[in-house]
Amino acid sequence: MSVTTAALRTPEAASRSRVKGLLEDERWLAAALLFPTMLLLGLFIAYPFVKGVMLSLTSARVGEPGDWVGLANFAKIWDDPIFRRAVWNTFWYTGVTTVFKLALGLWLAVLLNRHFRGKAFVRAFILLPFIIPTVLSTFAWKWMFDPTFSVLNWTFYKLGLITGRINWLGDPDLAMVSVMVVNIWRGVPFYAISLLAGLQTISPELHEAAAIDGARPWQRFWHVTWPLLLPVTMVVVLFSVIQTFADFQLVYVLTGGGPANATHLFATYAYQIAIGTGLLSEGAAISLAMFPVLFLVVVVQLLYIRRVETR
Amino acid sequence: MAQVVIRSLNKRFDEVHAVKDVNLEIRDKEFMVFVGPSGCGKTTTLRMIAGLESITSGQILIGDRVVNDLPPMDRDIAMVFQNYALYPHMSVYDNMAFGLKMRKFDREEIRRRVQEAADILGIRDYLHRKPRQLSGGQRQRVALGRAIVRHPQVFLFDEPLSNLDAKLRVQMRVELKKLHERLGTTAVYVTHDQVEAMTLGDRVVVMRDGVVQQVGEPLELYNNPVNRFVAGFLGSPAMNFAPVRVVAANGGGLRIENDGLRLLVPPDQAGRVGRYAGRELTFGIRPEDLRIATDSDPPDLTFEAIVEVVERLGSETLLDIRVGSSAMVAAVEPSAPARVRDRLRLAVNPERMHFFDPETERTV
Repeated sequence: MSVTTAALRTPEAASRSRVKGLLEDERWLAAALLFPTMLLLGLFIAYPFVKGVMLSLTSARVGEPGDWVGLANFAKIWDDPIFRRAVWNTFWYTGVTTVFKLALGLWLAVLLNRHFRGKAFVRAFILLPFIIPTVLSTFAWKWMFDPTFSVLNWTFYKLGLITGRINWLGDPDLAMVSVMVVNIWRGVPFYAISLLAGLQTISPELHEAAAIDGARPWQRFWHVTWPLLLPVTMVVVLFSVIQTFADFQLVYVLTGGGPANATHLFATYAYQIAIGTGLLSEGAAISLAMFPVLFLVVVVQLLYIRRVETR
Repeated sequence: MAQVVIRSLNKRFDEVHAVKDVNLEIRDKEFMVFVGPSGCGKTTTLRMIAGLESITSGQILIGDRVVNDLPPMDRDIAMVFQNYALYPHMSVYDNMAFGLKMRKFDREEIRRRVQEAADILGIRDYLHRKPRQLSGGQRQRVALGRAIVRHPQVFLFDEPLSNLDAKLRVQMRVELKKLHERLGTTAVYVTHDQVEAMTLGDRVVVMRDGVVQQVGEPLELYNNPVNRFVAGFLGSPAMNFAPVRVVAANGGGLRIENDGLRLLVPPDQAGRVGRYAGRELTFGIRPEDLRIATDSDPPDLTFEAIVEVVERLGSETLLDIRVGSSAMVAAVEPSAPARVRDRLRLAVNPERMHFFDPETERTV
């Protein structure tokens, strides 16, 4: 028996059993299982990030590797009034839209959490702005904001609310408002559906108990719903803030950062400098300037979530 | 303290008629238990008393006030829920204090009442804890405490013990009873557990398919059920039923018989049963009203049975028996010398025989 087994053991079979032996060892198995993830993360996250950091420290342009210049790019954008404007815009844009998205999303979620006919249909319908590719829906908005063909202007005119044309995207202040409106329109479904999921984990008995305890509807919301929904709310806000802070598509399609740089955000300005102007290193520096802010947001919110959960 | 009066109460959910024309007076300080199988309308009735469910038609009075259109907070009631419904983000103290805070009691009064309730329920040491740090029994106490501090006119209980394990349930049952004796507040208690109903209730309401079957003191329902449903629902193991035919006995009087039974109808029952002479009837006998026959038992009050299962519980022995084509259970003395496949003669207690109309299921 042993003779035949030995005779059958070809070199191929022997190496196969050696690999099998290695995989029996947990350390090797762990490494083998982690490898694909590490590879993907490294290739698509770590490498671009490191490359971005390297770029920002050189004077690279399109077609020109450039030389090491240290923090010169950062010093340069620090003095750049358009960059400052973009920074201010980004914070303003993120802050205002987040407040509105949270308020409207919560309101919608509370409404959708009630029982009514066609509930499932309405819930699915609410998600539409979130499902349509942003670029497509933003183009539709761009038409609605068009000074000549604007359906908004037409409606307001017919209703007698305005007498002349409103140049939605041509006026610096209105342009920012318009961009925010589209962002809110697009973002509310995410808030509404996520918060609705959170609301559904809250037992209706708690509201009944509170009602019997003498809490009025607003008090029930404030003392029962809101505190129990807070962990979910924090996660939703975290995701939303990160996405809004780094928003690109909306502004790029609607205004391209204009008029007169009035609606530039970090991402659009970085794109314009790096790709539009070809100053790769400076664009990288602008992008990287976002990093500390986002990092701080994530850390603060994760700490907060942990505190809420262990309380 | 208050009575609760229910007049012609109905509840419809779209197509389902959940509560049908319920009329009931719950007296001041009474402990009233609603019992029945799932979907019988008992919880819906309770929720209508609480104001958590709208009333389709009829009236509910708490004290002398019609409360139909009052929101729950204005009905002066407190409710204990099946899943306790404690606010998970509040401490035990805050859970109990919440109702008082909402009603703008002053701090000192809140503290006093919460302490008092905590002392009664023995949860003083847990006041600073969160509900999830408590065991099921402790949570149950907190839920009770939240009801007690309010000093309401009526307590409403919605299956409050059904999430506890068997041992704790018995213990809490006793404590609820004591608590009610101490506070004397009118209580309405919903359960599907007939043992809870029998042990807790001053009176018991048996419901089925939205209709009140019978209202009365526990033993009254147990001894004199108005129909086959009440007879079968109260008591464990349940009453035995067998279809029988009513015939004239040889020496005068009446007999009921089927393929396994031949029993004399007691003379005091003969009048009522006589109307069914020559017809079908449902015979009912509780397991504890059967015993192993002795030679002195008159033969026309005994029958032969084959033992199929013997369950020795210590305090009694349950025999699953076959009598002709009917299956029955007999509760006999613990040491009864019965074995599986034995043929036994069993005697019925003639004073405890029940008869039901096979169609209407009403007691004859």
